[in-house]
Amino acid sequence: MSTTTTIFSPELAARFDKLVTAYPWRRSALVPMLLYAQDEVGALTDEVIAEIAHRVQLTELEVRNVISYYSLLHLKPHGKFHVQVCTNISCMLRGGNELLAHCSKRLGIGHKETTPDGLFSLEEVECIGACCWAPAVQVNYAFHESQTPESMDKVLADYASKASDPKNGTNRGGS
Amino acid sequence: MPTLVSHPDEVRLISYRFGQGAANIDKYVELGGYQSLKLCIEKGPEWVINEMKTSGLRGRGGAGFPTGMKWSFVPKQNPHPKYVLVNGDESEPGTCKDHMIFLHDPHAVIEGTMIAGLAIGAKRGFIYLRGEYRYLLDIMEKAIAEAYAKGYLGRNIMGTDFEFDVIHHTGAGAYEVGEESALMESLEGKRGVPRIKPPFPAVVGLYGGPTVINNAETIAAVPAIFRIGASEYAKVGTERNGGTRLFGISGHVERPGVYELPMGYNLKKMIYDVAGGIKGGKKLKAVVPGGSSCPVLRADEIDIGMDFDQLAKAGSMLGSAGVVVIDETVCMVEFALRTIKFYQHESCGWCIPCREGTDWLKKTLTRFHAGGGVTKDIDNIAYLAKNMLGRTFCPLGDAAAMPTIAFVEKFRQEFEDHLNGKPCPYAKHEELALV
Repeated sequence: MSTTTTIFSPELAARFDKLVTAYPWRRSALVPMLLYAQDEVGALTDEVIAEIAHRVQLTELEVRNVISYYSLLHLKPHGKFHVQVCTNISCMLRGGNELLAHCSKRLGIGHKETTPDGLFSLEEVECIGACCWAPAVQVNYAFHESQTPESMDKVLADYASKASDPKNGTNRGGS
Repeated sequence: MPTLVSHPDEVRLISYRFGQGAANIDKYVELGGYQSLKLCIEKGPEWVINEMKTSGLRGRGGAGFPTGMKWSFVPKQNPHPKYVLVNGDESEPGTCKDHMIFLHDPHAVIEGTMIAGLAIGAKRGFIYLRGEYRYLLDIMEKAIAEAYAKGYLGRNIMGTDFEFDVIHHTGAGAYEVGEESALMESLEGKRGVPRIKPPFPAVVGLYGGPTVINNAETIAAVPAIFRIGASEYAKVGTERNGGTRLFGISGHVERPGVYELPMGYNLKKMIYDVAGGIKGGKKLKAVVPGGSSCPVLRADEIDIGMDFDQLAKAGSMLGSAGVVVIDETVCMVEFALRTIKFYQHESCGWCIPCREGTDWLKKTLTRFHAGGGVTKDIDNIAYLAKNMLGRTFCPLGDAAAMPTIAFVEKFRQEFEDHLNGKPCPYAKHEELALV
């Protein structure tokens, strides 16, 4: 199936063309495609869902049914830098709750909220697989391990200054 | 970047390439990479499966099922294509071992997948990484591309008629998907809801074909077994617990990290010697020995060998070998609440005992920890948890119930100290901050 019109970049569209034929069943490509599309567009908008449903030959309802299961997939955009603080057991023991409270105060937003300028959003997340380097934070996909409130201030300041650099315009964040 | 740690007691079979740039294929080959695959191709599937049985390797995801046995269950004659599926959805709180494997030695996962494929007669393998591990997925993608470019994947591998393809795959955030049947559902592009067993994946798995599903650490151990020899590997561990494990020690220790130690290594020594003892010289209160689903051990129960059988005998589990160390300042009611909050969040909702049970436990523990508890709540918490055991399709219900029961049984006094509107006697953390 070739998609003559696409809302994605030519690179991503080409990647999707390949991905749907990589598996025995084309819907296997669904979850990765949703995640990659979200990275490029910023959210799983109606247009993204429509095109992906078409590409994997499912109804939009079936695609939405899958989206609602996975915690990384979201219909509304996050901030440019999505700050995810883990407070699960290993991080909690080493100050994850305090770190989350600090980020909340510093950014002036709560759980699943976005700053008015759209730069930062905050989320308390479950275990991100960095337990031995706790407390850990992910900003978009980049890990920041063994954080303290002080080191976190620097991390946030670095992202804020990155925002003014047009070269860092992707939703992927620095790593 | 996660810190690399080391200790003289380590036996580096899986981790011996860590920190040496082995994500690059040339370095991997220089350090003995793809030689185990070569040997296995020469010797053939039957020999491979027998060696795997000899090695005593048991599943590193948590269940501890003998890997050689699992591979031997795949029927030889079957009209459907067979598959190997590597479980890198690592999401059990306290566990970050696969993180290190994908970061430092992705080719060991590819090589192990190929050996599993050779053994069962599969031509295709899938390596599934959790969505949060995007930078590790990028490393894996590059490693797979290199393996194709150098002729280790594809057709006529190493000049033989063996052919194999590997596809890397990302999840998008779901603990439940770490359960093998939910993992297959997810890979097929669906919600990660568990399947009813039987049929087991070895008979009807991915796309209806026979499928072997192994944890990433299990698969990474495979090339190591053939490098040193199966019986040598078996000797490293204890009886029926062959080899080493990547123990992830986290929480209140001086030197947290992922250490590779022989199976059966003493837990007390692991905490006080390997990980440098309790942080700040405080006293130990409790240890979760194998990831959040494993029943807690009290400080007086830690003189124990860390293998599947010894922990089972002690009423706990080795699980994913995530050792979470808890010092005297921690409120065990709050710890129990944080644990159940996780399972409540991750329950897929398919089975009522799990969906409702985790929710009621979270509600009760939240109220209880806030000072609104009454005496009968304590027994009610244990009663609720016990009624979840064994009543769900997948083990998530058990994973939530087992630690909860242990918290109540082993730290009942701390629950009683919260009664009658008394504030938490251990209050030090800010209240579970936002949620």
